[in-house]
Amino acid sequence: MKTKNLTCIVCPLGCELTVTLDGKTVVEVSGNTCPRGKQYAIDECTAPTRTLTSTVRLADSEEMLPVKTASPIPKEALMPAMAALQDVVAHAPVAIGDVVLKNVAATGVDIIATKNVK
Amino acid sequence: MKQVDLVIIGGGPAGMAAAVAARENGLEDILIIERDNALGGILRQCIHNGFGLHRFGEELTGPEYAARYETEVEALGIPYLLNTIVTAITPDRVVTAMNSEDGVFSVQAKAIVLAMGCRERSRGALNIPGNRPAGVYSAGAAQKFVNMKGYLPGRKVVILGSGDIGLIMARRMTLEGAEVQAVCEVMPYSGGLQRNIQQCLKDFDIPLYLSHTVTEIHGKERVTGVTVSKVDEQRRPVAGSEMYFACNTLLLSVGLIPENELTKGADIPLDPITGGALVDESRQTATEGIFACGNVLHVHDLVDYVSEEAALAGKAAADYVLAGAAGDSPRRVIAAGAVRYTVPQTIRRTDKDVTVYFRVGSPCTAATVRVTCGDVELLKKKKPKMAPGEMESVTLKADKLIACSGDITVSVEV
Ligand SMILES: Cc1cc2nc3c(=O)[nH]c(=O)nc-3n(C[C@H](O)[C@H](O)[C@H](O)COP(=O)(O)OP(=O)(O)OC[C@H]3O[C@@H](n4cnc5c(N)ncnc54)[C@H](O)[C@@H]3O)c2cc1C
Ligand code: SF4
Repeated sequence: MKTKNLTCIVCPLGCELTVTLDGKTVVEVSGNTCPRGKQYAIDECTAPTRTLTSTVRLADSEEMLPVKTASPIPKEALMPAMAALQDVVAHAPVAIGDVVLKNVAATGVDIIATKNVK
Repeated sequence: MKQVDLVIIGGGPAGMAAAVAARENGLEDILIIERDNALGGILRQCIHNGFGLHRFGEELTGPEYAARYETEVEALGIPYLLNTIVTAITPDRVVTAMNSEDGVFSVQAKAIVLAMGCRERSRGALNIPGNRPAGVYSAGAAQKFVNMKGYLPGRKVVILGSGDIGLIMARRMTLEGAEVQAVCEVMPYSGGLQRNIQQCLKDFDIPLYLSHTVTEIHGKERVTGVTVSKVDEQRRPVAGSEMYFACNTLLLSVGLIPENELTKGADIPLDPITGGALVDESRQTATEGIFACGNVLHVHDLVDYVSEEAALAGKAAADYVLAGAAGDSPRRVIAAGAVRYTVPQTIRRTDKDVTVYFRVGSPCTAATVRVTCGDVELLKKKKPKMAPGEMESVTLKADKLIACSGDITVSVEV
């Protein structure tokens, strides 16, 4: 058994978590204020994921369109997803939640808009 | 002169939430004045997520959070002026503003809510030796370039200051293909949220040098590198500790200051520590009918608290217009022990519970928060960990406040 210290990133409270591991299996989590912290610790030790936020070009506009992954993607898919966003151009009108790119970097997760543009 | 019941200066999250609250409390005649070309304030460039967990129970990005309030402002039909800058206010609530259509104009308001947000400290305030080459940006300016204009200001980057903007930009520039070599922090601890140290630095193996600062900027036309030195306890560079980083960009994330030029112009008393106005529990300044909320009052790390505070100010402004001044003579709230400041700094009305926000001056462990009024203890709670980067709060019960009189002391003992 070994223990590992993590900072929960699920919410801005940033609880300091202590995880007890048996090999790759999480046996115990302490330090979390809420159940989401426990789930985070388990995910972080087995398959860490992150929400990616970035921007894509918007046709006929000087401003970029902010976007995000509809749900967290594996940590190692962050850079491939960034590369996939390079060539995406969105077209107005766009509403928050509109899919801008399907199945980014073969993660099964879509990229969606986070801003309304009329 | 044009008359308006309530003028709100600034259309960021604070201004919008104040407007919505004022309308919901029965005030019809409201005008938001915003100098930018859209509502939303700083959230427009904060494309990362981490907003709204307290307020909406879900994690939103900055633009999504702003859109929620914009939708409410639109749905309630609250009027706003864009591309219009307020240039002066007076203690008797005349607001002078200008834009390209109307030129300079004045409005007589019955109440004003100040919601101008804050600006970044600039390099001038820091006095780093060296030339003044191109490639030195404030982190917020870089954020605007990258996130709104889609332009990366540099490829090899050093960041000075580990506040949240610096941390967020370290990740953002890395994702966009830049190489962030180091984040340096003059203090022995980071001023940013723990989660940002994890997800913005550790995730990308970006080193954080605590108790280090930039002691020289190299390059004539453009930055070619920086010298970073360790600092001692008095924050003086330690000779012989210099490290050289080749880079073409230096981002400064060295703190925010409430934008209070207008407030000063109206002789509204400021708190020297927060840099914002002195306010009571309704967020009324010492000048009757003028309220303040959001980052113009004190720097918030969470927009959720900005909205909460702005709703208080908006409601109080509506009450003031509709029912006139209320409240007893102010009781002071005094910061003691490790507490650096409190907001509000005074309490007038004790018919409702009052939440007092505060920050500690340095990291504390196994701390006790104690609120007293003379010999009476109003509240005591233990806190395993507190950091200057994270705002704390205590809620004082109305029945306890009524039962005592005089100044109230908020202290943290370790
Ligand atoms: C880089 C960065 C990252 C952040 N990350 C997070 C996070 O992850 N989670 C979170 O919850 N919070 C975060 N915050 C904090 C949050 O965004 C702010 O606390 C909040 O936006 C402050 O709102 P505000 O309305 O007080 O100020 P602002 O958003 O700054 O709005 C002020 C508005 O007033 C206008 N204005 C100013 N002066 C005048 C004038 N004279 N006339 C007319 N208009 C004027 C400005 O143009 C602006 O639109 C972050 C902040 C920054 C800067
Ligand atoms: S454990 Fe819960 S409260 Fe603590 S940081 Fe994680 S999500 Fe937030």
